[in-house]
Amino acid sequence: MSDFPILSLVTFLPLVGALFILLIRGDEAVVARNARMTALWTSSITFFLSLMLWTGFDRKSAAFQFVEKNPWIESFGINYHMGVDGISVLFVLLSTLLTPICILASWDAIKVRVREYMIAFLVLETLMVGMFCALDFVLFYIFFEGVLIPMFLIIGVWGGQRRVYAAFKFFLYTLTGSVLMLLAILAIYLQAGTTDVPTLLKYALPGDIQYWLWLAFFASFAVKVPMWPVHTWLPDAHVEAPTAGSVILAGVLLKMGAYGFLRFSVPMLPVATDFFTPMVFTLSIIAVIYTSLVALVQLDMKKLIAYSSVAHMGFVTLGIFTLNQQGVTGAIFQMLSHGIVSAALFLCVGVIYDRMHTREIARYGGLAERMPVYAFFFMVFMLASVGLPGTSGFVGEILILVGLFQVSTWAATLAATGVILGAAYMLWLYRRVIFGKLTKNDLKSIMDMNRREVAVFTPLLVLTILMGVYPGPFLEIIEVSVTNLVDQHKTAMAAVEALSVSGR
Amino acid sequence: MLSMSQLTPALPEIVLACTCMALLMLGVFRGDSSTRSVSWIAVLALVVVGVVLTSVQSGRMVAFGGQFVVDDFAHFMKWLIIIGSSLAIIMSINFNEQESIARFEYPVLILFATLGMFMMVSANDLISLYVGLELQSLALYVVAAFRRDSLKSSEAGLKYFVLGALSSGMLLYGCSLIYGFAGTTSFDGLATLFKGLGGTGPSVGLVVGLVFLIAGLAFKVSAVPFHMWTPDVYEGAPTPVTAFFAVAPKIAAIALFVRVLVGPFGVLIAEWQQVIVLISIASMVLGALAAIWQDNIKRLLAYSSIGHMGYALIGLAAGTEAGVRGILVYMAIYLAMNVGTFCCVLAMRRTGRMVEGISDLAGLARNQPMLALALAIFMFSMAGIPPLAGFFGKLYIFLAAIESGLYTLAIIGVLASVIGSYYYLRIIKIMYFDEPAEAFDRTMSREVKIILVGTTLFVTFFIVRPDIVVGGAGTAARMLLAG
Repeated sequence: MSDFPILSLVTFLPLVGALFILLIRGDEAVVARNARMTALWTSSITFFLSLMLWTGFDRKSAAFQFVEKNPWIESFGINYHMGVDGISVLFVLLSTLLTPICILASWDAIKVRVREYMIAFLVLETLMVGMFCALDFVLFYIFFEGVLIPMFLIIGVWGGQRRVYAAFKFFLYTLTGSVLMLLAILAIYLQAGTTDVPTLLKYALPGDIQYWLWLAFFASFAVKVPMWPVHTWLPDAHVEAPTAGSVILAGVLLKMGAYGFLRFSVPMLPVATDFFTPMVFTLSIIAVIYTSLVALVQLDMKKLIAYSSVAHMGFVTLGIFTLNQQGVTGAIFQMLSHGIVSAALFLCVGVIYDRMHTREIARYGGLAERMPVYAFFFMVFMLASVGLPGTSGFVGEILILVGLFQVSTWAATLAATGVILGAAYMLWLYRRVIFGKLTKNDLKSIMDMNRREVAVFTPLLVLTILMGVYPGPFLEIIEVSVTNLVDQHKTAMAAVEALSVSGR
Repeated sequence: MLSMSQLTPALPEIVLACTCMALLMLGVFRGDSSTRSVSWIAVLALVVVGVVLTSVQSGRMVAFGGQFVVDDFAHFMKWLIIIGSSLAIIMSINFNEQESIARFEYPVLILFATLGMFMMVSANDLISLYVGLELQSLALYVVAAFRRDSLKSSEAGLKYFVLGALSSGMLLYGCSLIYGFAGTTSFDGLATLFKGLGGTGPSVGLVVGLVFLIAGLAFKVSAVPFHMWTPDVYEGAPTPVTAFFAVAPKIAAIALFVRVLVGPFGVLIAEWQQVIVLISIASMVLGALAAIWQDNIKRLLAYSSIGHMGYALIGLAAGTEAGVRGILVYMAIYLAMNVGTFCCVLAMRRTGRMVEGISDLAGLARNQPMLALALAIFMFSMAGIPPLAGFFGKLYIFLAAIESGLYTLAIIGVLASVIGSYYYLRIIKIMYFDEPAEAFDRTMSREVKIILVGTTLFVTFFIVRPDIVVGGAGTAARMLLAG
């Protein structure tokens, strides 16, 4: 069991599927049908394989598990090193869960160039999963930046009106941040002589260069999260991307930045993390309040949800930088919850967009009359996004706020107002779209969700409720690794303190 | 006096020279009908030269009284040149026939240029450096103007010739200054002399000579501010010639650059490092910015190659073993990316005529998905996006820069690469996002297809075992710095 390369299998199986799709021959309809089936099967099998991580994961250990290590670039000392711990394992599952859902959601929505679309999604899955599993810095970077290629094509080829602009903006913004991180990685390599993550986690980098390295990482991760003021690519990318593209973008890609903070910035650069925490708090609170206000005035549903994503990710960064057990656990939980809920919300928009081909809020109203099932699903996810107790959104938010109160009352108070604003814009959106009188003529013949669409939403709904009512099994996985992370940070800071005291 | 064993290190060059002359005779007697066979014999000859090269190689050897040196560094670079030259000949065979410029002189001239490049790579003396450089350049001037009925091609040749002569003049002037102040032209002699200087710096005359030498070499690698000829020559020359210009001469010139500066002038790094840093930054930035406004794919690739040279020069600015290794890896990947890209450019042909506008690629992903995929892979790779080969080229270069403490240069470099990625993305955008234009003719010959597939696979799967290239480059770099 321990020798079975489960992580490599989960990572690269989608690539095999992509290769099969590439080899399909025949006329367009045949290719499209087979490509859809192959992609669905591949991603479903990948998901079921990845469940082995859930069952086989040792919840009492903070160490990396399912580790694989093979020499790769010997001249650079880089190994092909894969492994997961409590911080990353659930993100692997999130990625493998969302991919088949995305493929199912694009079943009818994508009509042109289906083959390329499915290949892009499978390649994207490989890169996402690989990124969460990579335990070598260069390997991580390759997956991290490689994601840009399929995402650029997904937005650019299958996107909306301004897709070219959105695709370029997404690509160039993210690339600018990542190249600076690459330089930081190289600097760390030259300092520590290795890019192996577990080794680096124990390596104490000199205090003075930590600040520069931290800023270089920040440039990359802050764009990905995205934090205010470098969030502007996100609304564009979300609005223009096809539904499934938005789902992956909100569900997984946004988590890459926060994951980067947790995996690299916080444990490797403790001194700088401490130093820059006030800055992160400030930016996050601005993000929470400002983007919530911006969300209030949006006319486009996708844009509204995109801004709400920025606000929710602001909560996540707040949670991470509290650097205490509740805060960090809450941040990870919030990321998972947001990964499911925002993905579901984008899918909800997709359902009516597929029917009416508009995302303008004003074009809808009174949908509850014609689409009761849809209204139900939308309601649950909307309430989860607001953070209603009993849904997954609540658990993450309350944990973050509890953690934040211990660090800074002011920050917690301001962040809490964000929750209120969040309730305002989401409920108002729901009211305008679902309730009211069905007056628009073209809506009078709109059909409710079909079986395929219900199948897409059901797993997400179950998870949202389950994580809200019984978060135990999820928190259990996260807990030990977070304790380890927090303790490590405390030890590192204590060491620095002792040094500065003795230096006087 | 001269025994056979002393000639052994130069055996590949001797074989090449003899083949050139034999092929010239063959061509003259058989006329243009022999072009195809001459071309294939030339390719075969290059393969044979490669075999000879590998078999005579053993450590560092000098010949002709120290004028000529063979080491792992030369070996690595010569292999790249062989690959570049032979692929350029293969790519030209069908093209020249279609454009009715098939003449037997073409492969012969390429071979002569290759011989010159070999000399450049192995030069161990300012005189042999100049002889190699001129042999290469003279052959290149002629090939640039090979389509002599075309105004553009003749203009390209003439422009290249005039500016090339100027740069050769500067280089020669630099050499003479160095000789005047150092009293020797031999690299080994110069190295000993500089090492003997101890704490005192070199005389001003030497530094001035060095600057002229650098200017001449910068012209050959088309680094800013000596790049002006590149876009015009790239655009004017027939496409396979442009492909050849983009790879082999660049590799040879970079090799010469490295050999001169890291070798004898290595101890004077304080004198030349800032110059290289400056031209490196200028090349990266100008290459990235100027390419944005290009509509002609060949001009765009010209600016792209200016940018790429800027990155390679980062490795030179580092002046360390890691830097030289970075350059070698970079050039190997650069070779594959450029040859592949030019194969795609060769496929841009509508109703029998070449088209070169970037907009002509519109919607290629629907008309010819495989061709578009290959070109997209090359473009992403040139932009340096992992997991493609181009990323590794940049990785090793920036590693060297950080190691040598050239932080500013590294930061400017990565930011320029972001700007540069814009125009690579633009090509992908035109191919994938835009509505299809009229389809291209499907006249790609089998040989070009094989080259295209080969380079695509190399660029895509470089990541699986990068050590095959990097290891060789590492050995070569170590030997150059030890020697």
